Amino acid sequence: MKTYTNRFLLSFFLLFLILGISVPPANAREGGNEGEKFNPKDMIMHHVMDSYEWHLLDYKDANGEEHPVSIPLPVILFTDGSLDVFMSSSFHHGKEQVIKGSNVYRMDEHGHIKEANGKKIIDISITKNVASMFIGALIIIWLFTSLAKAYVKQAGKAPKGTQNFFEMIIVFIRDEVVIPNLGEKHYKKYLPYLLTLFFFIWVNNMLGLIPGGANTSGNIAFTMTLAVITFLVTNISGNKEYWGHIFWTPGVPKLLMIILAPIEFIGIFTKPFALMIRLFANITGGHIIILSLVSFAFIFKSMTVGFAASAGVVVMMFLELFVAALQSYIFTLLTSLFIGMAIAEHEHEHEHAEHH
Amino acid sequence: MDLVTPGVGLIFWTALTFIIVLLILRRFAWKPILGALDEREKSIAESLEAAEKAKQEMATLNLENQKLLQEAKSEREKILRDAKTVAERLVNEAKERAIEESNRIIASAQEAIRNEKQAAMTEVRNQVAHLSLTIAEKLLRNELSNKSTQIDLAKSFMNEIKEN
Repeated sequence: MKTYTNRFLLSFFLLFLILGISVPPANAREGGNEGEKFNPKDMIMHHVMDSYEWHLLDYKDANGEEHPVSIPLPVILFTDGSLDVFMSSSFHHGKEQVIKGSNVYRMDEHGHIKEANGKKIIDISITKNVASMFIGALIIIWLFTSLAKAYVKQAGKAPKGTQNFFEMIIVFIRDEVVIPNLGEKHYKKYLPYLLTLFFFIWVNNMLGLIPGGANTSGNIAFTMTLAVITFLVTNISGNKEYWGHIFWTPGVPKLLMIILAPIEFIGIFTKPFALMIRLFANITGGHIIILSLVSFAFIFKSMTVGFAASAGVVVMMFLELFVAALQSYIFTLLTSLFIGMAIAEHEHEHEHAEHH
Repeated sequence: MDLVTPGVGLIFWTALTFIIVLLILRRFAWKPILGALDEREKSIAESLEAAEKAKQEMATLNLENQKLLQEAKSEREKILRDAKTVAERLVNEAKERAIEESNRIIASAQEAIRNEKQAAMTEVRNQVAHLSLTIAEKLLRNELSNKSTQIDLAKSFMNEIKEN
């Protein structure tokens, strides 16, 4: 009992510490100059958007000049068939331009890299989001390969500790999400994909919640890619009945087919599109709410509001921890549902027949 | 608008990272973990089944034991019953034989008695005849010691013969 109380106090303390860390940078950067007006929109956008450097904090030197502290990340650009790789620190936070051969790169006011002569750039830089995603990937690879070793080491024995915790989740995904949707016959083929999907989204959601972290899973490119993978998996595994249902829904009058077929066809795309928007909106929305609450403290410049906002942030943080798990669960659930619909065999039609 | 414009870089890296993570985890994590889970579940199911089977076997064994016991009991009863009848028969037979034997002995004894009696009677008869002869001889001798008696006797004989 005592250890639980201690743990609770420790986590509470850590939470306040986290808030303490997350607030000053905002203060230092946006609200620091007394004359400058604090712009919550810019602050929030800056936190939610991707960036070429991992911004940690700003400090003012003796002359009152502001210096941002950030981790430089590699910039990788394809411009006119040539590959240019340099660290983002070369821009000096956007103040200087980078010249690579005939290409001159500049950072515009939105933080985008532009070529001075208007050349087209294919930008595959390791941005903040990409770096955060790499960390997430390493975490889950390390976590589950070491977990697998535990399974090999104590084969046949009862799981314990971390193994037990993750086994609970793995078994939950398998028995409550994947098997009911895919059926006993086919689930084994898709289970690795769905488990990876769940933990990949979850770990990125969690990393996004760490103050100073990136909003990877709340970036539309991230959610779009995962939704496209779901789209591909669903439609590649789609069987005859799945396509039959889309273009020639059984038991529907021919005249209605003219309207129904296009709707069903659009449905193929709207399903993953909804997945993309749902994850993006939930995670980015959560971040925006927390940052808005933090902004109150700087807008009102009052202790009372600051404390009230902090309390609100604590509540939101807990909610976001829940949302992080929930959204990865929903993404996985819907993906398995879509795949299940694509690979379903006859049962579906029998159901229809019974209804008529 | 920036917020909802997907960047090519992140799309590329997300796809690459996800696929690499998927391939690594599928080979080095999910395969052993899910395999171990399956195996454990199978072994649990098997153990439960084995336990159930053992229970059933126990029950049948118990039933068999009961049956065996019952059989042994009835066997014992049967043996006892048989032994009893055999003993009874033997006793009866012995009794009958004894009666027969005694009857035979009695019969032979009676026979012997009868024979002895006969022999004794014959003996007695012989003795009597001998005694009477001796007595008669002594009497005759006494009678015939004087003349007149002899003549009387001879005369009586003669008379007797004449009468015949």
